[in-house]
Amino acid sequence: MRNLKSIVFVFCLAPLVAFASESAVTLDTAPIKPRDMTSLQRGAKTFVNYCLSCHSADFMRYNRLRDLGLTESQISENLIFTGQKVGELMTVAMPKKEAKQWFGVTPPDLSVIARSRGPDWLYTYLRKFYRDDSTATGWNNLVFDKAAMPHVLYELQGEQILNVKSEDDGHGGTHEIKELKLAKPGSLSRTEYDAYVADLVNFLVYLGEPAANKRVQIGIIVMLFLFLMLVLTYALKKEYWKDVH
Amino acid sequence: MVKFFYEFFWKSESKNGTANMADIEKKEGMNSRRRFLLAATSVAGGIATVAVATPFVMSMMPSERAKAAGAPVEVDISKVEPGMLLLVEWRGKVVWVLNRTQDMLATLPKLDNQVTDPKSEKDQQPKYAQNETRSIKPAILVVEGVCTHLGCSPVFRKDVAPADLGPDWLGGFFCPCHGSKFDLAGRVYKAVPAPTNLVVPPHMYLSDTRLLVGSDKESA
Amino acid sequence: MSKRLEAMIGWIDTRFPLTSNWRAHLSEYYAPKNFNFWYYFGSLAMLVLVNQLLTGIFLTMNYKPDASMAFASVEYIMRDVNYGWIIRYMHSTGASMFFVVVYLHMFRGMMYGSYRKPRELLWLIGMGIFFVLMMLAFTGYILPWGQMSYWGAQVIISMIGAIPVVGQTLSNWILGDFMLSDAALNRFFAYHVVTLPGLLVVLVVAHILALHEVGSNNPDGIEIKANKDPVTHIPVDGIPFHPYYSVKDIFGVIVFLIVFTGIIFFMPEMGGYFLEYNNFVPANTLQTPDHIAPVWYFTPYYSMLRAVTVNFLWIDAKLWGIVLMGGSVAIFALLPWLDRSPVKSIRYKGPIFKLALTLFVISVLVLGWLGTKSPTPLYTLLAQIFTVIYFAFFILMPWYSKIDKTKPEPTRVR
Repeated sequence: MRNLKSIVFVFCLAPLVAFASESAVTLDTAPIKPRDMTSLQRGAKTFVNYCLSCHSADFMRYNRLRDLGLTESQISENLIFTGQKVGELMTVAMPKKEAKQWFGVTPPDLSVIARSRGPDWLYTYLRKFYRDDSTATGWNNLVFDKAAMPHVLYELQGEQILNVKSEDDGHGGTHEIKELKLAKPGSLSRTEYDAYVADLVNFLVYLGEPAANKRVQIGIIVMLFLFLMLVLTYALKKEYWKDVH
Repeated sequence: MVKFFYEFFWKSESKNGTANMADIEKKEGMNSRRRFLLAATSVAGGIATVAVATPFVMSMMPSERAKAAGAPVEVDISKVEPGMLLLVEWRGKVVWVLNRTQDMLATLPKLDNQVTDPKSEKDQQPKYAQNETRSIKPAILVVEGVCTHLGCSPVFRKDVAPADLGPDWLGGFFCPCHGSKFDLAGRVYKAVPAPTNLVVPPHMYLSDTRLLVGSDKESA
Repeated sequence: MSKRLEAMIGWIDTRFPLTSNWRAHLSEYYAPKNFNFWYYFGSLAMLVLVNQLLTGIFLTMNYKPDASMAFASVEYIMRDVNYGWIIRYMHSTGASMFFVVVYLHMFRGMMYGSYRKPRELLWLIGMGIFFVLMMLAFTGYILPWGQMSYWGAQVIISMIGAIPVVGQTLSNWILGDFMLSDAALNRFFAYHVVTLPGLLVVLVVAHILALHEVGSNNPDGIEIKANKDPVTHIPVDGIPFHPYYSVKDIFGVIVFLIVFTGIIFFMPEMGGYFLEYNNFVPANTLQTPDHIAPVWYFTPYYSMLRAVTVNFLWIDAKLWGIVLMGGSVAIFALLPWLDRSPVKSIRYKGPIFKLALTLFVISVLVLGWLGTKSPTPLYTLLAQIFTVIYFAFFILMPWYSKIDKTKPEPTRVR
């Protein structure tokens, strides 16, 4: 009996051994600040200026950006370049079929990209572009190999190149270390660019779920109320169950 | 009624409820503590019910998509000649923008005793359209082209004294469905099926040539 | 005023069994007084059912069951419909919580022998409910038409195609098309919104009627009806459901709601287990995701499906996997007849049963975890081992329940 139990126990530990993970790029943690309105506004500006020409955000209405503390006229004057009305959806002029021909793949809609890829992936992706003459766009990406997307923000980040180093892995073989080096600087310093991308990813997270802040606010009130009800219902139960022995 | 349900659900139970138990031991019955806890929990529960019901009820109000589709419509009236009628759509409804000539405006006082509500006392228009011409600018009439009888779209009849409408007809709108008649300010004639004047929607002028139908406030 | 209402109730009572049912099922329905933590889950399951029905109705007001509009309509609900996001999260969280509650509810039955005579039919109706619930989850998950919705369904449908002779025709009939498409989406919507909820409500009513007919079991596994007060004929260990269990269950509801709303308002995705990340990508019929896993509550069965890797007799491995997977659910229905123990409750059963049940729980958890992983050779071996343990719990039960050293049952509940 005892032996059987310990055998079973050991078997339960087996899964832990198999935790050798996939060889993915380690993702940097995106510094998301969901309540920082200025960061979100900056991110919104970057988004409409750089992303919205190829990517759509088909499920997001322009006037929802009032969440960020903007008025409808501020939104239509500063963030709408397509002549659309402020109540319309952030659709994009580029037709999807043509886009597929030009890029090989349709640029995906970005409305919920932060919910499928996650902020860390996006934050790392937007900072890991490097020059690669073997691709159609002349760009490649450490996080997404052979991405069809060019480095739209290269003027800001500058141009990075890939250095591959072979290192002794201590077991008689070698493994590759991939590093990016800034070959040509852009208009922003490294920390400035990181902050710039952080704002954009912050906005993308908001874009994925505009109701998130409201959700947490309501949640706190609901929780407080439920704890009050917990006390009342427990007291009520205890009071009635005095009858039962 | 509260007392009744309270007694039915709670009091009788502990009166008989304890008698409903086989072990007859020292039982409490209803006391002030129980009463208080029941009351407090019920009140809290009532608040909770309203709170939970709110998002469901509110979700049935017009969504952002509906509100955007129903947003105010901007109209360029610079090309609307005097005597010309422009048709505009707002919230799925026909809205007429009629540029009335001096002659047309002159017909209005003549018809004061032939229309049901000459001074537009019934609430069919915003305050700024509660006047002789039922408009902001005297010449430009902005009115919903929906007959106040059963909702058909009347026909614009600016011809004076035609055969089918008789010699007293000075121009206006005629509804073909059941024969209701309205003058050039949208006021309903007496003795027709329609009870009230044509509705004037909220509207405002953004400039001399830009009319905004559907809003009369500066949008936020 | 009171007299008026009394008269009204009297008017109803001569035409409708209002007061008599109130008495029979609430104020004079006697339940054992020793219900513990494990007995909350029945009423919680009813609460979650009401939640799903209510939120489901409101979602149906705005959801579009069309392959070209479904995904967008869900985002429309999340963004443009006032408080649509609350309703959506209540529904998605409720779906997962339904399984949490039902699994715990079933486990209570396994611990205390609630499936034993005279409650076999109650247990079978419960199995029916479980099966309908799984169908509801399957048809519901396809509706957002994301990548997981599409490909998860594709995997399951392909199993039907694996059935010999009739498989392909059957598959076409179920799908209304030669492959998973808008035709299937629309009809699965009909099943999810009309057919299955209707069936479920009927089964739940039957479940409660069956329960009230025989009376509830309890943690000691003894029949309280065997010991009635000679004068009142009320079971000595029984207490009226109302007010004692109504008041206790309300407290249970509040505890549950704290967990439920904690998830809804603070972590609705639950790390990708309640709302999967990949399902935020619209379905792409030409691109399979790297990693297809079913939603967490189906993962143990998925493990077993993938565990069979050898063809055996004249049936190929794929079909065996399906048989095992179906069998793993169906075998629960046999419990009333597999359990030959003289006692009902684990409290009085011997060490063999306690070990068997522990191994069973471990195997379910491990199989569930394995179901989220890619099937490497090591994981497949583990799945095979734990599938054997899982089935052994049932198949060996007629033997070990007989030889197990039990303790004497008490006459009064403890």
